[in-house]
Amino acid sequence: VTDPVTDPVTDIVTEVATPDIRAQLDAVYRAESRRVRATLVRLLRDLDAAEEAVHDAFAQAAERWPQEGLPQNPYAWLVSVGRFRTLDRWRRHRRLAAAAPTLEVLAEAMAVPDLSEQLDHAHLDDDTLRLIFVCCHPALAPEARVALTLREVCGLTTEEIARAFLAPTPTIAQRIVRAKAKLRDEAIAYEIPSRTELAPRLDSVLQVIYLIFNEGYAATDGPALTRPDLGATALRLGRLVVALSSDVEAIGLLALMLLHQSRQATRVDTAGEIVLLEDQDRSRWDRASIEEAQALLERATASRRIGPHVLQAAIAAVHARAPTLAATDWSQIIALYDVLFRVAPSPVVALNRAVAFAARDGAEAGLAAIDTVIGQGGLDDYHLAHAARADMLRRLGRTAAARVAYTRALSLVKQGTERRFLEARLAALL
Amino acid sequence: MRYVCLVYFDPKVVFNGSSESNAVLAEAGAYDGELKTSGHLVIAQALAMPQEAITVAVRDGRMATTDGPFMETKEMLAGFVMVEARDLNEAVRLASGLPLAKLGYIEVRPVPDFSKPRPTL
Repeated sequence: VTDPVTDPVTDIVTEVATPDIRAQLDAVYRAESRRVRATLVRLLRDLDAAEEAVHDAFAQAAERWPQEGLPQNPYAWLVSVGRFRTLDRWRRHRRLAAAAPTLEVLAEAMAVPDLSEQLDHAHLDDDTLRLIFVCCHPALAPEARVALTLREVCGLTTEEIARAFLAPTPTIAQRIVRAKAKLRDEAIAYEIPSRTELAPRLDSVLQVIYLIFNEGYAATDGPALTRPDLGATALRLGRLVVALSSDVEAIGLLALMLLHQSRQATRVDTAGEIVLLEDQDRSRWDRASIEEAQALLERATASRRIGPHVLQAAIAAVHARAPTLAATDWSQIIALYDVLFRVAPSPVVALNRAVAFAARDGAEAGLAAIDTVIGQGGLDDYHLAHAARADMLRRLGRTAAARVAYTRALSLVKQGTERRFLEARLAALL
Repeated sequence: MRYVCLVYFDPKVVFNGSSESNAVLAEAGAYDGELKTSGHLVIAQALAMPQEAITVAVRDGRMATTDGPFMETKEMLAGFVMVEARDLNEAVRLASGLPLAKLGYIEVRPVPDFSKPRPTL
């Protein structure tokens, strides 16, 4: 098992000689808040209480660290303070039935004798994994699992999740509120499932990990296109799940993420602007990641069970093998998309198939395919659908129509780098 | 991000002198104090009854005024609490702790980011 929790904070803290506590606190927050939260969820067995505790702990740190300096182990300090403050609040509010958890949980949380024993790395791995399985619990609707995991495990805000899912923020907020209420009302156990229950609970975990990866790979907001910390988180979680389950789809997912990751360095230029697949320097693709993915893919395809992640990895592997864009085996890619669409039909898969169709048969055929897919609905607010359409129109010299499509794509795009790319394309039409 | 929690309630329920209502009103100030301690509070403000309000409109350059807001419902806007929160769900969690949520309704509204385009309707 690759250690999913590196310890960057200790490095950061000892490296920074100037006592800029504010910057150090920010660094600790970025590095530790998710882990602190995962551990507090285990100790307090309530997501909202854990969130409040994390907030309390960092508020306390902001107050005390400037005077007292950084503690030896910020993570343990924050967990202890967060836990103490919550237990204190629960004691004070015990008479208010709504504010207090069950006495049983309270008693158990208070009974932890020596906290330091529970804060080692082995427990940390488990805390993160436990939190993932809780957030992906089958009692929750699939979309609720995804939203909850992204927020509770990955630390995305409700607003960021809403953008990732092309959904209104209140819809996502409600999903999260209801999911938490359900976990509480049904007294869902905060446990890692046993080996026999693991398989059915794994699929939604994988779905969630891939969404985390995508959020890091092509962030929907902010100035930079990539968020390496989320991508790395998804890879670590992917490896952890592979080690734990040896599930074929988990292996496929890991391969897929590695193949995407292998192109990371060539996706944007030195100015941070998008470089299209056709213009990427393939000699700079990370061969080690590609080879690791190929080996994983061979292991996965040897099994009978082929799912969407293995298929997507197989598609990405065709690209990784091609020495140039022109030499890409588009027919094989289209065939793989056909299978993928049967296994997991979605408008985005249909759109990708249409784009592959354009690459093989030209812009005219591509435009017809894209229009058919858009006509089937579900892509109206998806900027890449309109961008793909605009690209076909541009290549066909239909400038006026291309301008309309680029404008539509621009009205929907959230991410700064993608916006600048589309603006440049629109400007070049004149 | 900042969010405003708009507190609506039916004054006949809140100001009926029952021990339950009085207890909620007594807690309200304490919760504002908790929000201040935790660093979430930007501002909390109660509002007087709508009977004491006047509504202003300018049409064709002329000012017109009417008494009170045009409200048919029993619930009135009774006050607001502006909080600093990480996201909408944190704001919702903070709003759910407002004691008046037990008697009325809290509408949680994000404060808009003016660097983003205006909504198109």
